[in-house]
Amino acid sequence: MSLDIKPDTFDDYFRDETFRDDFTYANSPQGILRFPFPFDRDDYTYSVNMEPHGGGRKGSVFEHAFDVDEHYPAEMIDRAKVLAEDPLRCQSLPHMTLAGWDLLELIMESKARDYPQWFSLSKNGNNWHWINRPLGIDHSFTFLDDTTLPYGPFEYITRQTQGDFSLQDERDNDLWMDAGMITSQADWSLDFDIGMSFMEWHAPVPLAHEKGIFDRALKFLLKLQHGAPVRRFNWTMTVNPLLDTSPETYPKWGPTKTTLTAENLGQKQHLRVELQALFRLPRSNAIAFSIRCYLGKFDELVTVPKWGRRLHRVVRDIDPDVAAYKGFLRNRDAMVQWLSKYDDGAATSPGWWAED
Amino acid sequence: MSGGAKLKVRVAEVVTVNEMIKRFRFVRLDGGLMPAFSGGSHTVVEMDDHGTRRLNPYSLMSNPQDQSGYEISVRRDDVGRGGSLFMHNHIVPGMAMEISYPVNLFALDTRAKKHLMIAGGIGITPFLSQIAQVAHLGGQFELHYSARSKVLGAYMDTLTVAHPGKVHCYFDDQKQSVDLARVLSMQPLGTHLYVCGPKGMINWVLTTAANMGWPAHALHHEEFIAPGTGKPFEVKLAASQKTIIVGTNQSLLEAIEAAGVDAPYLCRGGACGQCETSVIACEGTILHRDHWLTPQEHAEDKKIMPCVSRFEGETLTLDR
Repeated sequence: MSLDIKPDTFDDYFRDETFRDDFTYANSPQGILRFPFPFDRDDYTYSVNMEPHGGGRKGSVFEHAFDVDEHYPAEMIDRAKVLAEDPLRCQSLPHMTLAGWDLLELIMESKARDYPQWFSLSKNGNNWHWINRPLGIDHSFTFLDDTTLPYGPFEYITRQTQGDFSLQDERDNDLWMDAGMITSQADWSLDFDIGMSFMEWHAPVPLAHEKGIFDRALKFLLKLQHGAPVRRFNWTMTVNPLLDTSPETYPKWGPTKTTLTAENLGQKQHLRVELQALFRLPRSNAIAFSIRCYLGKFDELVTVPKWGRRLHRVVRDIDPDVAAYKGFLRNRDAMVQWLSKYDDGAATSPGWWAED
Repeated sequence: MSGGAKLKVRVAEVVTVNEMIKRFRFVRLDGGLMPAFSGGSHTVVEMDDHGTRRLNPYSLMSNPQDQSGYEISVRRDDVGRGGSLFMHNHIVPGMAMEISYPVNLFALDTRAKKHLMIAGGIGITPFLSQIAQVAHLGGQFELHYSARSKVLGAYMDTLTVAHPGKVHCYFDDQKQSVDLARVLSMQPLGTHLYVCGPKGMINWVLTTAANMGWPAHALHHEEFIAPGTGKPFEVKLAASQKTIIVGTNQSLLEAIEAAGVDAPYLCRGGACGQCETSVIACEGTILHRDHWLTPQEHAEDKKIMPCVSRFEGETLTLDR
C-alpha cells in the first residue's frame, strides 16, 4: 500500500497544471466566478469575522465542508513534492494520533457524502474501505489501527485533501498547535510554531492584539462545539501561483516580488485567499483548523467589474502596517496604479458575491 | 440558537442501579449513530417538567467508541429543584427527548504518562467513559473510588472485574478513605490527577496535591453545581428592556429564557463560561456560585453567571 499519486487522467474537469517552475496554474472561467473574493465592502480592517460553516450557496466554495475543485490532483502532486524536499512540513506530536483519526473520519465521511462521484467510504465495524478516484487510491484499513496505513492517519488524509491543516490540543484553557500539514502557507513555519500556544503562534500579527481580537477569538474557540463548525477568511498577496510560500524557502520566492512590471502584473500578481474552517473533533476533543488557499490572478479577478473596483479601493486605502505584515508594501503602489484602470468610481454592491 | 447543536433521542432503557441512582440510555430518534465523543464529556438533557423547562448537565458514562447510544446515571436529589426527581419519576423507555451534542470540560490530558483518578459517589460517571477510552487506546490509569456504602457504590463490581489491580474502593460506612498523601507520593513523573465528587472532596484532593508540589497543569477537576434555590428577586434586562422576577425554584438563566430572551449557555452548571453576562448596575449582593469567574471578578460584581448565581438586594441590571 502506498500513496503514490497516479491520477487516472486530468480530465475535462481536473486541470493539469503546476504551482512551480513554469507556473501553468490558472482558473477556468467557471472557477473565477466561484473564487472566494474576501472583501464584502470597499475597505479592509482586521476582525474575527467568524460565521457558521454549515453549508452555503450551491456551487460556491462554501457548499461543502471540504471543497474539492478543479485544482485538486495538481495541488496534491505539489504537496507531495514539498514533503519530499522537506518532511518536517508534516508533524504530529505523539499524543495527537487520536485527533488524526478524528480528522480522517471527518474528511472521509464528508467527501464520500458530498462528492459520491469521486469518493467512497464503506465500513464494516472498524474495517474501512476508502476509494479516492481522482487520485487513483483504493485502500482497505482498520480504523484506529495506525499499522494499517502507509502513513499516520493525519498525514494519510491530508496528503489527499486540499488546504493546510493544523490540529490544536485543548489544555489549561488554551489551544496548542500540536500537529500540522503545512505546505501551502502564507509565510509561516510549522516547524517553528509546533507546540506553541494560541497567543504564542499569533504573536507576530500587528494591530489585532491591541484590539483584543485574539483574546476574544480564543475564548470563542474554546467553546467550539462538535457538530457546529465555523469559518472565516484571511488573505494576502503572492507573486506567481506559488502555494508553498514558506519561511524555509523564502530565498527562492521572496526575490520574485522585485520582478513585477506594469506589463506582467496582471498575470503574475495573485490575490491569495484563505478559507479557514474550525471543527471540534469528537474523540480527541481537539480542534482541526483547515486553511484552504485559493489563488486568483489580478487579470482573472478584474473580469468581475465589482471585484476590480473594490480590490483597487482596498489595496489603495489599506493600513501600511497591514500591507507590510502581508508582505506587499513594496508593490502596493504598482498594484494600485494597475488596478485603477478597473475602477471607474461607480458604487459597489454589498457582500462579496460576483453575481450579486 | 443558544446552547449549541442538539440531538433528538429516544429513551431506550431505564435501569435502577441502586436506591439512589438510575441509568438512562438514549438512542437516536432517526435510528442513526450518535456522534463519537471523548471521555469526560457531558450532555445537557432537556426536560419538560409539566410546563417547566429544565436543562441539566450529566456526564456521559458509556464507552465513547459505542455510537449506538449514550448512557447517563442520575442520582436522585430529594431536596433539589426537581430535575433529578423528574428523571427518576417520569422518564420511561420510549419517550422522545432532546439532548445537547457532547461537550467536554473534563478531558484527559493525552500527554500524561499515567492518569490518576479520584471519584466520590456519583462523581464516578465521567471516569467510566474516560477509563473506556484509556483502556481502548492503551494507557495507564489508577482509580480510587469512595462511596457511602457497598450498596451505593455504583459500577464498582464491573470496574473491579474489568480492571484488576487498578480500581481501589473505599466505603464511608466502614470508616475507609483513600490514603491520599501516600497515593500521591507514589506516582510516576508525568502523572495527571483527575477528581470528581463532592465539593469538600475536590478541595481536599486539589489542596493536598498542590501542597505536595504537583504542578497546576497536572490537576483536573469537574464539579457541576445545581442552580440551587433562594429567595425570589427582580432583575432588569437592559438590552431587551424587560424586568423579570426570578422565582424560588428558578435559576436566573431560566427566568431570562422564560421571558423570551435568547441567552447563550452550554453547561448550565457554572463551569463552562458560556452564559457570562455583564452587570450594568448592582445595588445589593450577587450570590456568586460559579467556578468560572475569578475570586477578583466575584468581588467586583461586574459579571454574573446566570446559570447558577442569584441576587439579594435592591436592583440588579444586566446587559442582556
